[in-house]
Amino acid sequence: MDRAARRPADPLPLTPDGGVGPQADLDELARRGRLLVVDTVAHSGAGHIGGPLSAMDLLVALYFGVLRIRPDEPDWPDRDRFILSKGHSAIGLYVVMALRGYFPVAELASFDTGDSRLQGHPDMTRLPGLEASTGSLGQGLAVGLGIALGARMRGLGVHTFVMLGDGETQEGMVWESVMVAAKYGLGNLTAIVDCNGLQQYGWPPAPGDEGRGDRRDPLAGARLRDALEAFGWRVLEVDGHDVEAIVAACADARGAAAGSQPTAILARTVKGRGLSFTEGRFEWHARVATAHEVAAARLELGFEHPGEAGP
Amino acid sequence: MRDAWAETLCDLAVENHDLLVLDGDLATSTRADRFAVAHPDRFLQMGIAEQNMVGVAVGLATLGYVPWLSSFAVFFTHRAVDQVRMLVAQTHANVKIGAAYAGLLTGFTGKTHQDVQDLAIMRAMPGMTVLAPGDATECVAAVRWATGTPGPVYLRLARDAGPDLFDDTYLFEPRRVVPLRDGSDVLIVSTGMQSARCLAAATLLETMGISAGVLHVPSLKPVDAAAVAEAAQRVRLVVSAEEHTIIGGLGGLVAEILSEREPRRLVRIGIQDTWGESAPNAFLLDRHGLSPERVAERVVMEFSRTAEPSRAAGR
Ligand SMILES: Cc1ncc(C[n+]2csc(CCOP(=O)(O)OP(=O)(O)O)c2C)c(N)n1
Repeated sequence: MDRAARRPADPLPLTPDGGVGPQADLDELARRGRLLVVDTVAHSGAGHIGGPLSAMDLLVALYFGVLRIRPDEPDWPDRDRFILSKGHSAIGLYVVMALRGYFPVAELASFDTGDSRLQGHPDMTRLPGLEASTGSLGQGLAVGLGIALGARMRGLGVHTFVMLGDGETQEGMVWESVMVAAKYGLGNLTAIVDCNGLQQYGWPPAPGDEGRGDRRDPLAGARLRDALEAFGWRVLEVDGHDVEAIVAACADARGAAAGSQPTAILARTVKGRGLSFTEGRFEWHARVATAHEVAAARLELGFEHPGEAGP
Repeated sequence: MRDAWAETLCDLAVENHDLLVLDGDLATSTRADRFAVAHPDRFLQMGIAEQNMVGVAVGLATLGYVPWLSSFAVFFTHRAVDQVRMLVAQTHANVKIGAAYAGLLTGFTGKTHQDVQDLAIMRAMPGMTVLAPGDATECVAAVRWATGTPGPVYLRLARDAGPDLFDDTYLFEPRRVVPLRDGSDVLIVSTGMQSARCLAAATLLETMGISAGVLHVPSLKPVDAAAVAEAAQRVRLVVSAEEHTIIGGLGGLVAEILSEREPRRLVRIGIQDTWGESAPNAFLLDRHGLSPERVAERVVMEFSRTAEPSRAAGR
């Protein structure tokens, strides 16, 4: 569907602290989130674009439709936990946390400026609400596993969600976690894999595979599904840009009774999703938009007025 | 510097058919993507799986290949350190570690990606050659030397380009320390791209009436300890400066040398047992005392506090 056509006449107003309530329209939020990602990275002069845009609908679904959290009480003991294992998508997470009210949207402007709480990769020692520090790929699932185990031992009704990149599943440590989680039957653990089919550089084309024109295919989703199932996980597949479907899949995963299998949600996504010039382009893995491109993004996403989405 | 690394590998591979590049999905950052274009059949993509990549390189080396690895320094010295220790260092495998984005200046990635412990870790590996070139010319020379010399090499590569220290006549020799400037009051010992900043600091110091020499250490292991001690002998204060924690890297090395051979007061400039942050380079260099201005300031302060060594009076 033409995303611009869905543009509401009156863009969503930001409250003074930038937060919006959980009642907001989720597609609209994702659209705003995408622009904030592009804007913030352009503002700071560095950062990732492809991964955060790929994960934006997943993040919005989680923070506005799934996670039981209290943004004004980030350490609330009974909160659900979310870990962004693909830590290079930090800016996507920050944007959604800001929209959800963890901190003012204006603070996004401090991204990457040294003393900022918004570091290039998530730093749990700086920003309340982050459950783990990530950036070296492959480690987040283990932390989520530990939380899920501990929560069960403590009798907490907490659910732990971990988001991984599909490229990231090449790390051996991911599979160490996958095995142990299945052994312990951690139904309170859900891995969401952002299956956009692209990583940073990726793989050379197979001989005679010129037509695919894409040397950056990390894994075939089907094989990932088989592997996870073989290790004892329950696997759901979902369109990672369909916010309602994501919320439903997460609810399904949460429904798994304690002692049952952990769930993996394979979310089919498009890297760089949301902008015609970034979609499916590996070049945008970590690129900064020029002023011209920011303007184009603004138009495509339906924000004509400069400064409207800040920072 | 990463450009120099990649271009040299492309050049060398024309002659040396055993040269391979293995990448951990970072070729576009490390610039190994140039090698992938120039020599596609000798570019092996290993994916985001560094531990496996190191093991594979060791296997290839047993067949006479000369594998160069491409990833960020942290992923070798921290993620795959067991594999580097067990499979590479202990067996003296002919594996070359191209440790890109080492140090503090990693382009807004923050402390997760800043490798400021690598020299300490790699220096502690018996048999590992540890190199940290100061500019692109020296990098080219070091890559050529490492490719042609059997045994494991850890090559510390900076992300950004920097000022030139050397011209084409420069000859790289492992062990050798390189005097960049003479000075009679203070000796600044530095490594990697920090040497250029120290040279600039020495120029500033001259205007403040302090004569500071700069000794560049491109090879932390092996190192010509006698030459370091000899240079230290002629000054009142020795300062080490590095884009690395002051523990166990160059500062540690100089401390070891001085305490064994030539007792002198040593001030170690570098990361003070803390973590970095994501910020512009200027911010980071300033925060950690590594900009020319901050190095000069620190030298002035410490020099005034350092008494003439009693032995020196008799010389
Ligand atoms: C251990 C480790 N190796 C390499 C990297 C560098 N790196 C950052 S993002 C990335 C690609 C990630 O691809 P994927 O997991 O598919 O995430 P996407 O951005 O496509 O969602 C790489 C290789 C890293 N951060 N950590």
